Formats: sequence, structure tokens, C-alpha cells
Amino acid sequence: MLHTVNKSSFERNSLKSCLNTIDDTSVILLIEDGVISAAKNTNSPMIADLAAQGRVYALQGDVEARGISSKLADNIKLVDYAGFVDLVVEHGTAVSWV
Amino acid sequence: MATKKFMYLNRRSSFGTVYAIESLEVVLIAAAFEQDVSLAFIDDGVYQIVEGQNADGIGMRNFSKTFHALGDYDINKLYVSAESLEERGLSADDLMPLVYEDEDDDWAEKPSVKVVSNVELSKIMSEQDVCLSF
Repeated sequence: MLHTVNKSSFERNSLKSCLNTIDDTSVILLIEDGVISAAKNTNSPMIADLAAQGRVYALQGDVEARGISSKLADNIKLVDYAGFVDLVVEHGTAVSWV
Repeated sequence: MATKKFMYLNRRSSFGTVYAIESLEVVLIAAAFEQDVSLAFIDDGVYQIVEGQNADGIGMRNFSKTFHALGDYDINKLYVSAESLEERGLSADDLMPLVYEDEDDDWAEKPSVKVVSNVELSKIMSEQDVCLSF
């Protein structure tokens, strides 16, 4: 499954709830303010393991808009909108953690 | 018109919600009425003045450039929470170099942004007539 998270982990617990619920084959795509969790910060340990397994993506346009391109946590994969579509196609069911 | 001390508390990042740009609009209006304006950037609000924002990829206007104009409106008291920066892996070096020209000092260019602790910020807030949270 594909899980999209669009809220900052400093403001809402969407990412935490998502991480508490997903299975071993799921991937996470961080979009909008969700990409704040893709930056190296005190909340990034939450997704470090998943990222190491290559299962965390972030939408490049949202990363660039927030000026955090040079501050990404390790192993976060950037995708554009076409990549977003590919993820949806590849993973079938998608869940939005809003 | 009597001058009051207004402080605007910016607590959210720039693009996910409409709060950041709405705050900036109201700040400019207050400046037009020649009020004493201060801005505080706390929580995810610190992302509003991070250097190098590029909104081309999301089809939105990069209004962060407007912050550079605040100095021309005599808005030169921008306070950033040190704790909020640190939590987010950011430092003062990651912020836009916002400046103003000091008319009392031969128009010398001076920094508008000051990183302060939450304790200092709370003291500054207590000195205001009005605090508006965005």
C-alpha cells in the first residue's frame, strides 16, 4: 500500500498514526507540509528505519518550496508528480493521512 | 492615530495552509497604518523565512521574497525561536538575510532577524499591546 502524509509531524500526529498502522510492504510518500518530516530534525528518527529500507519518498516540488532540499534525512527518495503517479499505480490502494 | 505595539505570531510553514500569507498581508496593513510591528516565528513558522525556497514545482507564488520588503516599511523586529529552529535541524545561517536601513545611523544596513530563546520571546510578547496568532 501507499500512504501519503501531508501534515508536519511537529503540528499533527498524522505521520505517527501512519507509522503505527502500516504493514511491512507499505511505502510512505511525504507531500505538502509532510515533507518537513523528510528533513534532518528531531522528528526524523521516526522514519529512519523505513527510509533505510528505501520505503520513504518525498515530493520534490514540496521539498524545494520549503527550502529544505539540502537538509534531507538519509535515504529519502525524491519523486516528481509523474513519480507520484507511478507509486499509486505500483502500490494499488492508497491511504491519505490528512 | 495612537500607535500600538502589535506582534504577529507565525506558527505554520508557508504553503500547506493559508495562514502564513494571510499573516504577511495583515502585517503590511498594520505597517501602512504606522503601527509598531513585531513578528515572531515559532514552531513550523520558522520555515517561512528559510533561505532558498522555490515554489515553481508546486505552482504557487513564492511570497517569501516579500519578507525582504519589510525593512522598507520600518518593520525590523523579527524574532525567531531558537528552540523551534533547533528542533527542526535549522540554524540562523539557514534563514534569509533580512535587513533594514537604520535612519538614525546614516542609513546603515542592519539585520532585522534576531534569534531568541523562548524565555526572551515570552518577555517580548508581554510588552505588546496586541498579539495576533497565525
